Amino acid sequence: MILRALPLILALGATHANANESVVAALSQNRVSISANFDGSEILVYGAVKRDEPLLGASALHVVITVAGPLAPVVVRRKLRKFGIWINADSVKIGQAPTFHAIATTGDLEKTLSEAEDLVHEISVDQMIDAVGNPANSQDSEIFREALIRLRTSEGLYSDIPVRVEFVEETLFGTRIALPANLVEGDYSVKIYLTRDGEVIDNHEQTIFVRKVGLERWMYNLAHDQPLAYGLLSLLIAIAAGWTASAVFRFIIKA
Amino acid sequence: MQIYLPIAEVSVNAFLLLGLGGLVGILSGMFGVGGGFLMTPLLLFIGIPPPVAVATEANQIMASSFSGVLAHLRRKTVDFQMGGFLLVGGIAGAAAGVFIFKELREMGQVDLLVRLCYVVMLGVIGVLMFFESVRAMNRSKRKIIPPKRRHISWIHGLPFKIRFRASTLYISAIPPVVVGGIVGLLAAIMGVGGGFVLVPAMIYLLGMPTKVVIGTSLFQIVFVTGFATVLHATTNFSVDMALAVLLLTGGVIGAQIGARMAVRMKAEILRVLLSAIVLAVCGKLALDLLLEPAEQFSIARSLP
Repeated sequence: MILRALPLILALGATHANANESVVAALSQNRVSISANFDGSEILVYGAVKRDEPLLGASALHVVITVAGPLAPVVVRRKLRKFGIWINADSVKIGQAPTFHAIATTGDLEKTLSEAEDLVHEISVDQMIDAVGNPANSQDSEIFREALIRLRTSEGLYSDIPVRVEFVEETLFGTRIALPANLVEGDYSVKIYLTRDGEVIDNHEQTIFVRKVGLERWMYNLAHDQPLAYGLLSLLIAIAAGWTASAVFRFIIKA
Repeated sequence: MQIYLPIAEVSVNAFLLLGLGGLVGILSGMFGVGGGFLMTPLLLFIGIPPPVAVATEANQIMASSFSGVLAHLRRKTVDFQMGGFLLVGGIAGAAAGVFIFKELREMGQVDLLVRLCYVVMLGVIGVLMFFESVRAMNRSKRKIIPPKRRHISWIHGLPFKIRFRASTLYISAIPPVVVGGIVGLLAAIMGVGGGFVLVPAMIYLLGMPTKVVIGTSLFQIVFVTGFATVLHATTNFSVDMALAVLLLTGGVIGAQIGARMAVRMKAEILRVLLSAIVLAVCGKLALDLLLEPAEQFSIARSLP
């Protein structure tokens, strides 16, 4: 598969001609279709490091790969005991949070990427979440941020442990990133960073288009674009379904 | 087989949904109840968001009551005049319910509203039904006396009196409108038909003859739940067609099986059984509210 993509890799590399070392990469697929029985998918990210001169005793080269879903605002709510029952008592609005985030590296993230570079490039999920609102109580909003990450991690939307990137001869690399069943529609950006001593040397970006397809897409769009027509249609379909089921059942009983 | 529900935006096992529909269908066939008040909590238990559970249940009840109302129309056991007044109240109640629902959804309290309503309602119904059936069991050893048509005096003191021909009644138009309104509110907030409120109110409060009660209540339920469905679809975008169809398919088949099973069982035992189920669901909902949740935080999509 890597061989077949070689011309593509070379073509992509041309844009980074000035850099000493540059990264070229490709994806096994750039389209994910969410159909009724979608139960997740796997993306193969692979590529190569292109260099003008041979490697001479420099420190180890690393690759960091991230896949991030579309950014969306979310509200995180906290339950507290009031009047003896647990109810949503307070909330924090988070301006921007990726709907999905996965990270893969060749080594430990702390070693492959410096904090400063993480901040600049917004690589880790922590840097991508932009907490606004509730500025009066920033201590508290930190708890909500952590809760968001914890909840999304438990849903499989954020990866807590980086996936391993296989790196051959500091030249060829590849990794598999799993996409869960509960993906949200949108454009997912795949970013590949080449780092040395924690500094980003080069990066490369690609997009995966995640789309609902078929009947689900049609239903979802109709429900949001023409809710009245959708509402009336759901009544008609429900009546038809009920009638059909009862007719079929009666037929089976008689037969 | 996992199926992705487009509006609920969750993946659920299709056979689990068919099974739930079938189970509630069997119960509704056995006991002659709509089953909405059991289905909505069960949907919450399997992780369907409350707004979707409520709106989709309204849709399902509308469809499952539809064939019933057609049968009653053929038998001419629908009091259209009374149904009309109930409907006026019902439409207003449902509109108010959907409005309250939308406001509380934005405040993040709709979950609480739905759960609290269910705890109260299931608790009251379960307890009443339990004592009623225990009393009926004791009574069944003696002779059964059918309930007499009662007339409550203060109802007759109200103004705007109208003659209801089919029900052979001459009463004020206010009680039917108010009763209809309460049922409409319940339909919109809880995703129930409201037959368990409507039928006793029609018999004991309005004093309608039993032969037109079921047909007229179904007539009102079809229109009110239909209206609530459309209103939920346009304001909350929370009706899930795929979910409704799966539940209905299971429900219709289950109801036929349940009706056949009921013939072979004693009515009093059935009632005790139903009250036990109602109390169990109520207890589970109440515990969820009372016990400290494992996760106190939750994520809601921010509305634009």
